[in-house]
Amino acid sequence: MKLEDFIHNTGQWLKGTGAYANIVMSSRLRLARNLAKHPFPNKADKKELLAICETIKAAMDEIPQFKDSIFLKIQDLDNVDRQFLIERHLMSHEHAANPEGKALVVSKEEILSVMINEEDHMRIQVMESGFNLEEIWNVATTIDDELAKKLDFAYSMQWGYLTACPTNTGTAMRGSVMLHLPALVMTKQINKVLTAISKLNFASRGFYGEGTQASGNFYQISNQVSMGHSEQDVIQNINGLIRQVIEQEEQARQALLLQNKPMLEDKIFRSYGVLKNAHIISSQETVELLSMLRLGIDLQIIKDIDQKIINDLFIKIQPAHLQKLEGKKLNAADRDRKRASLIRQKIGGN
Amino acid sequence: MKCDLCNKKATVHLTEIVDEQMTEMHLCEDCAREKSVQMEQQFGLADLLAGLADFGKQVKKDESVNLKCTNCGMSYEDFRKFGRLGCSECYPSFKMHLATLLKKIHGANQHFGKTPVKMPPSEKKKIENLQDMKNKLLDAIQSENFELAAQLRDQIRNLESKEK
Repeated sequence: MKLEDFIHNTGQWLKGTGAYANIVMSSRLRLARNLAKHPFPNKADKKELLAICETIKAAMDEIPQFKDSIFLKIQDLDNVDRQFLIERHLMSHEHAANPEGKALVVSKEEILSVMINEEDHMRIQVMESGFNLEEIWNVATTIDDELAKKLDFAYSMQWGYLTACPTNTGTAMRGSVMLHLPALVMTKQINKVLTAISKLNFASRGFYGEGTQASGNFYQISNQVSMGHSEQDVIQNINGLIRQVIEQEEQARQALLLQNKPMLEDKIFRSYGVLKNAHIISSQETVELLSMLRLGIDLQIIKDIDQKIINDLFIKIQPAHLQKLEGKKLNAADRDRKRASLIRQKIGGN
Repeated sequence: MKCDLCNKKATVHLTEIVDEQMTEMHLCEDCAREKSVQMEQQFGLADLLAGLADFGKQVKKDESVNLKCTNCGMSYEDFRKFGRLGCSECYPSFKMHLATLLKKIHGANQHFGKTPVKMPPSEKKKIENLQDMKNKLLDAIQSENFELAAQLRDQIRNLESKEK
């Protein structure tokens, strides 16, 4: 498997399958793990980082779940490739910024990925389409167990898994769910929901990762606290919270349909019209219009497009993806044209 | 009370401690929002953690100056500066300070949940037993069964002191 193969594939998490896929784009778990007594990446020199990387790779080579994975040294990748992996939600900006001694392992369908030597020696990520953190936990914990048979993890009886940053100590687990909440935004209830979420010690972020504003009406909700509750308890808490948010969004959608269907249809069809016909389009505008189209598909106002195509477009309209598709570097103006042509091609435009 | 910056009614009260100097600020909602944007731009996670780390009154600043990790050599001062620990052994090395900090971050000071598969079964059993007792202690407190709670507390202390 090569990095180039990814561009023509759609990651499993974008396939629009799984429970509540109309509202829940994807669910994801991340486990941080460190090797006992080895310096954490921020304290390790190049030689130590490379040795840690080798130790982890050797362990992975013997684990069946990693059999069809690709192993990438970040230093060997050019800027577009690094950006491409960030855009696919497979690695962080920090991981790309200081590439020395860092690596990324990605499974064939992009369900499993591991950042080696990011803030911790390992950040194991499992991500799937739809609302299914429990299933994802089973995958993640099995892989964690396989790795723990071969590696000595930093662990204390009192404090659990030890991490470079004390905000992750304990289970070292973050669960997050990506929600598409256009009706809560349109009915101006979203701030109320987000305030309640933060009061319950959960964080919400935008689609395009840490520090980003919510765009396209996407919100990623995750647990903040990692000590004092077991993994299962945390997952149950997230699930309970997310179920509430889903219910609220569904009610808001029904309310919009009942009270203002013509306005809603107009908004959706206008978005469809622009996307089908635009020849120059910015990413910000695209994301807002795609969000409306996604809602239109779910409400069966638009019937001739598969949701999977829209999900995939949210990823492919980003700068590095456009450049990979085109096979060369594009400036901002070229990208706006390429973006518009890609969208027209995907949704049968003019 | 009026806002320190614009004379509107102050609804947000901010206490800042810089170099052991405490300053108080009373702000209206608009000025507070502006101030919080400025703070976000100035402060990273490390600063916030460092702030929390200093907060514990029982830990005096001078005690922590010379504290160093026995394994990786990271000093507690560096941790306060960067907000990241140097290795797993930093945890026992800065145990007292971290106990306060972790409690502030997570609201808890004891891990519940997974243990690595490779630990000796007897160790695993001990951990699970301890976690179980802590759960029972919480239940006892919630149901106001203080006699049982006191017993459990003593048993837990006993078990934990054996580990040290």
